[in-house]
Amino acid sequence: MKWHHSLTDAAARGWSGFANAGDTPLVSQSRLAGPMPWVIAIMVALTVIATAGGLALRNVAQVSTTELSGGITVQIVEARPEERARQASAALAQLQRSAGIAAPRLVPAAEIDALVEPWLGKGLTGEDAIPVPALIDARMTGKVSTSRLQRLQQKLREVAPAARVDAQAGWLEPAYDAIRSLQWLALALVVLLAFAMAAAVLLAARNALGANRNTIEIVHFLGGTDEQIANIFQRSVGADAVAGGIAGFAFATGAIWLLGQRFAALGAGMVEGGALVLTDWLVLVMVPLAATILAMGTARLSVMQALRKML
Amino acid sequence: MNTGGDGEIVHFDNVGLRYGTDSEVLSDVSFTLFPGRFYFLTGASGAGKTSLLRLLYLAQRPSRGMIRMFGTDAITVPRERLPGLRRRLGVVFQDFRLVPHLSAFDNIALPLRIAGVPERELAKPVADMLEWVGLAERMQAKPATLSGGEQQRVAIARAVIGRPDILIADEPTGNVDPDMAVKLLRLFEALNRLGTTVVVATHDLHLLQKVPESLIMRLDRGRLADPTGALRYPPRRPVAGRPS
Repeated sequence: MKWHHSLTDAAARGWSGFANAGDTPLVSQSRLAGPMPWVIAIMVALTVIATAGGLALRNVAQVSTTELSGGITVQIVEARPEERARQASAALAQLQRSAGIAAPRLVPAAEIDALVEPWLGKGLTGEDAIPVPALIDARMTGKVSTSRLQRLQQKLREVAPAARVDAQAGWLEPAYDAIRSLQWLALALVVLLAFAMAAAVLLAARNALGANRNTIEIVHFLGGTDEQIANIFQRSVGADAVAGGIAGFAFATGAIWLLGQRFAALGAGMVEGGALVLTDWLVLVMVPLAATILAMGTARLSVMQALRKML
Repeated sequence: MNTGGDGEIVHFDNVGLRYGTDSEVLSDVSFTLFPGRFYFLTGASGAGKTSLLRLLYLAQRPSRGMIRMFGTDAITVPRERLPGLRRRLGVVFQDFRLVPHLSAFDNIALPLRIAGVPERELAKPVADMLEWVGLAERMQAKPATLSGGEQQRVAIARAVIGRPDILIADEPTGNVDPDMAVKLLRLFEALNRLGTTVVVATHDLHLLQKVPESLIMRLDRGRLADPTGALRYPPRRPVAGRPS
């Protein structure tokens, strides 16, 4: 007979194409696939959205910090318009003379009116107007500290007693705190979703292992190694994860784009700073890739663990 | 072929097997298998034939005793070396244990694929094997569409395609008519003549007479009857060589 093969030699050549017996997968695909791609798709979509939210919040915080870093506002809180204007001019001149202060600018009345218009309405200028403080924007070079601000305020009060100095970053500190909390929340969500996905894959792999126990035993008795069997499951789960990952990423991308459109329509400066940039999208693309690796790794570990209990 | 001491390929020494806390299903089983011999394992139902075969094809570890296979202690051998030993065995299971969603061709090709034989080298030996067991026309049939006898022949073809050192068959003629039983026995003999040690478990005493040179291993309630000591110290006879 010419059909003899040295199995030892063949084994030495290593694993090749064993996961598929010809054109037919060794482990019945229908038993392994099931709801797995959908579970992975949902997990990937949620993770991508959570990650995108976290990145957008980080962008908002970064843009705002850059814009507001060193920014100060001098308010002249004086009810009498003439005195307010005088003190504003004096304070502006003082700021222009001061070292460490850049680009002082008296905010025009029209700009202030536009700022307060949503709350106070139009047509409140003139004699009956509600007194609104005069505002001077400026930028402090170097590190802004409380003592520097106090010294500046003291200096300004010599020429404009109604002057009050505020660091712009200080106003937004509570908002930054909230953004930081939301970023942590997004990170926690990503981690939880990763755990949930690993658990789902673990259950699916164990379920598939049970459903294919007969085939696995046959392969074992025919001299199949744990690695060969684990590879079969790993590949199958990998195929599910790739399909689920693509679907989930596509859905999430659509959702992010739509949300982006809605937020862009708000036209608010701080929100606009949250737009995702190229590196953010690269991070998001990594989510389905990481999900695939996680799913394959989980499947491999769970199958190897289960196989070690067999002889 | 890597054998143990004195040319033995399998040696059982005072092997006992119990499942859980039940009493032993095999007790003090001792025998030696030599290359190129033909063994029948007989005994009444429940005598322990299948349990003994499970130990032989490394599906089970014994509760006590020692098993040496191809010169390796099969009880303490590291798990990662078991596939290497299993690949030297061909097993025909009583219930065939074919992979249901694979064709006859793919079922027979499975041991070669597991062993890493490239696809281009598979077709010829598998086709030859199908021809040998008379199923060339049914190579694409799934097990569910094959008769019991046909499934049995696929199982036999799968067991022998890798040219195992030992062929272990559990009631291989249990599901076929007498003519086919004799035909299958001739297949085993042909393989045996090529040097493969054959162990056939059967309760069909007529089969035993058809291979006059065979050695009989008779199990009775878990104990192996060996009154003449022939199973431990078989009479010498020329052993057929293997083609190189």
